[in-house]
Amino acid sequence: MITLQLNGEQHTYDGDPSVPLLWVLRDEFGLTGTKFGCGEGLCGACTVHLAGAAVRSCQIAAGDAAGKPIVTIEGLDPHGDHIVQRAWRETNAPQCGYCHAGQIMQAAALLAAHPKPTEAEVFATMAGNICRCGCYQRIAEAIHLAATGA
Amino acid sequence: MSMFDLAAVPPVTIAPGSLANVSRRFVLKGIVASGALVVGTGLAPHRALAGWATGADKMPGGTVYDPHVFVAIDPSGEVTILAARSEMGTGVRTSLPMVVADEMEADWSRVHVVQAPGDDKKYGNQNTDGSRSTRHFVQPMRQCGAAMRMMLERAAAVRWGIDPAQVRAENHVVVSLVSGERIGYGELAAAASALPTPPVGELKLKDPKDFRYIGTGTIPIVDLHDITTGHAGYGIDAKIPGMKFAVVARPPVVGGKLVSYDASEALKVPGVERVVEVQGWPWPHKFYPMGGVAVVARNTGSAIKGREKLRIQWEDGSNAGYDSAAYRKQLEATARQPGLVVREDGDAEAALKSAARVISAEYYIPHLAHASMEPPSATVHVAGGKCVAYAATQDAGGCRDDLAAMLKLPAADVTVYTPLLGGAFGRKSAYDFVLEAALVSQAVGAPIKLTWTREDDIRHDFYHVVSVERIDAGVDSGGKVLAWRHRSVAPTIFASFVKGADHESPVELGMGFIDNPFHIANLRCENGKAEAHTRLGWFRSVSNIPHAFAVQSMVGEIAAALGRDPKDMLLELIGPDRIVDPRQSAGVKDYWNYGDPPETYPIDTARLKRVAERAAQAAGWGKTLPKGEGLGIAAHRSFLSYVATVVHAKVDEHGRLSVPAVYTSIDCGFHINPERIRSQLEGAAVMGLALTKHSRITFKRGRVEQDNFDGFVVTRIDEAPLNVHVDIVPADWTVPAAGVGEPGMPPFAPALCNAIFTATGKRIRSLPIGDQLAI
Ligand code: FES
Ligand code: FES
Repeated sequence: MITLQLNGEQHTYDGDPSVPLLWVLRDEFGLTGTKFGCGEGLCGACTVHLAGAAVRSCQIAAGDAAGKPIVTIEGLDPHGDHIVQRAWRETNAPQCGYCHAGQIMQAAALLAAHPKPTEAEVFATMAGNICRCGCYQRIAEAIHLAATGA
Repeated sequence: MSMFDLAAVPPVTIAPGSLANVSRRFVLKGIVASGALVVGTGLAPHRALAGWATGADKMPGGTVYDPHVFVAIDPSGEVTILAARSEMGTGVRTSLPMVVADEMEADWSRVHVVQAPGDDKKYGNQNTDGSRSTRHFVQPMRQCGAAMRMMLERAAAVRWGIDPAQVRAENHVVVSLVSGERIGYGELAAAASALPTPPVGELKLKDPKDFRYIGTGTIPIVDLHDITTGHAGYGIDAKIPGMKFAVVARPPVVGGKLVSYDASEALKVPGVERVVEVQGWPWPHKFYPMGGVAVVARNTGSAIKGREKLRIQWEDGSNAGYDSAAYRKQLEATARQPGLVVREDGDAEAALKSAARVISAEYYIPHLAHASMEPPSATVHVAGGKCVAYAATQDAGGCRDDLAAMLKLPAADVTVYTPLLGGAFGRKSAYDFVLEAALVSQAVGAPIKLTWTREDDIRHDFYHVVSVERIDAGVDSGGKVLAWRHRSVAPTIFASFVKGADHESPVELGMGFIDNPFHIANLRCENGKAEAHTRLGWFRSVSNIPHAFAVQSMVGEIAAALGRDPKDMLLELIGPDRIVDPRQSAGVKDYWNYGDPPETYPIDTARLKRVAERAAQAAGWGKTLPKGEGLGIAAHRSFLSYVATVVHAKVDEHGRLSVPAVYTSIDCGFHINPERIRSQLEGAAVMGLALTKHSRITFKRGRVEQDNFDGFVVTRIDEAPLNVHVDIVPADWTVPAAGVGEPGMPPFAPALCNAIFTATGKRIRSLPIGDQLAI
């Protein structure tokens, strides 16, 4: 039995703690905003914040996340109005939208660490998040918008 | 009274103790809950008549325009409009309801969109494929909105005791032109819903200048907020109370089958509850499962761990020798021999013999995987003689019919809901994964969420066809192209349905091959034999990709050989403004014009030329660029739209390729949402770059050699084209709407490779580029 701090609430999981956090979030707690894309740390769809840092929830055993604050896309902002979320809407960034929870969580962590990231920092950080629909132009625009506070 | 048959939706709740914020898409709110008035029921379905003829009514279910099917208004005036086509990122779930809203004079801020379950008969065809949604449904949806508006006006006229000509619907109210009185739509809902649907002949469509939403590009997609907050419900997010989670081990070779398995170790994995065999169908399987072994667990992570412990013996079957390197040699050998003549204008053989110069080239494109970010997934419950499925499928209607056939249930007892699709690109037109989930649910007696891991997706896709295209062009002493012989050699998608199919079908031939628009007197198209050894499917723009790559690269090659400007060469080959009708050419059988009448959608060279000129102009064609940079152009008609793309390529001193800018011009006729057209074309540039630069699926011993995004490489932000300029040719209602989702793809690869040639002098004929530019 482990206790997970999910979006500010304590929740217990009595299953195999070696299962990736991703599946515990999605299948055990119904937090399906966090997406499965590859299971190998290659696509970023599953990005959540663990103790404030962006991590791939498919690469972290649920047991290793126990006791640390976990924030998912559902908990990023109580009203969904984090500056990154607003910038995403402003630019109409999504196509199918599937990758965007991960993109937004990654971008939010980037801006928390580097409020005015350089293009190289944006590329280096966001290159871990695949968008097969190809929304990158809008994603770059949205990050720029969020960083410039527009 | 319930609406839209949604009363049949099982109550969706969350397992006790969980904190899930259930997606809105799985909760019935609004009208159903508040007992809103249905806009009638029990009427015969009204078929939609078209202003311009389309092939829509040849599709299963055809089209329907009846507002009794699509629209509901509750007493407070909230309007619900059904979306019946699958949303996979094109924006159709917003665009078509927006058309209804605009025509019925509804205030978009009071409109809710609800996704219709699979039922082609009731809603019209739902197979969201072939870039058909707008061109087949913009007219029925306008009629639907117009009919609803007239019913509201008639209801108001009755209420006021005046002639319907004396009332006018206007932004959610009906106004009396006699007294100036106004009644809201909510108040009229009950009376309007009791009226019969006006026949098409009585409908008055709005004057397009009065559109509030259509064509403005100001309406964001209805799911935008939910997408950014994690509340949008995708197929993979569906929840049925009590569901278990499954993954399936499948035969590594297509056509192979299960011999035996030992589940004892798998069953020891914590969380694993059951291991069951999944029935397989003989190759070609069509959309039916290939069979295998399912591991069912309390969560997907446990199921995956369990699957790793299965010990399985497979029999590989007849495709075990499939080897991509050897197969390529076979295709090339075939392309060097005469094939079946599928179009012949003049006498290309003789003209080639007498040509002053013959320019020849062969082009290769490998298999590709769709790799939508949401892998195939379905949540299905088969119980008590009924089946309920939540499935990310492009074809809810077809899926329902095949589920019913497989489970031997009447279609009425099978319900297929289509949540959002996390990308699809043609993969999810096939619904094998939904049928698999149904079999597993039936076997274990519980609702099952079946997930394909990325490895499953990459190894068991319905792949884009591999192809070799060879073109020989004959030029006379004055530099005029007199002869063109194009041989296309590729397995056919239909081999996934019909055993032994070994030539391109009319559908594939019609995708940029025999519909060649060039003004060349001696033009011959040949198709060589090629057997399929894996599952093949529709990949965004399908055979247009190899055909356009070859044709448009060849234009660049001829220009280079003759020392001509590539854009001028392209325009010269397109030739004078005219209509090209392949049916007039010898050898053409069953010409396929994307399923639509050539009379409505002819091949119009003026339109093709225009997009090429517009894209070139936007790019500043002719401008001087630094060393190692260049522009390349390609123009191609597909899905009845015309697209030209100019790519600005840069190759640095280490041979590293980047794409500083892309200029695309599309003429897709009448259009609903220019903002979503731009996003489709931006996306096509990204996907186009992936297949040009990196992506490939290869087989060895019948097995796919790639299995995740490390082996099957796609574009990431650090190399993506981030300056894609999209120009949309203005078109009014007189220009029939055409496709948007796919047509951006075909010109990209040849435009990029033409640009690379200009930048470096290196001609790329084999995709992906990989390390071909390395220095
Ligand atoms: S699912 Fe975790 S990185 Fe792709
Ligand atoms: S929007 Fe579809 S994968 Fe990014």
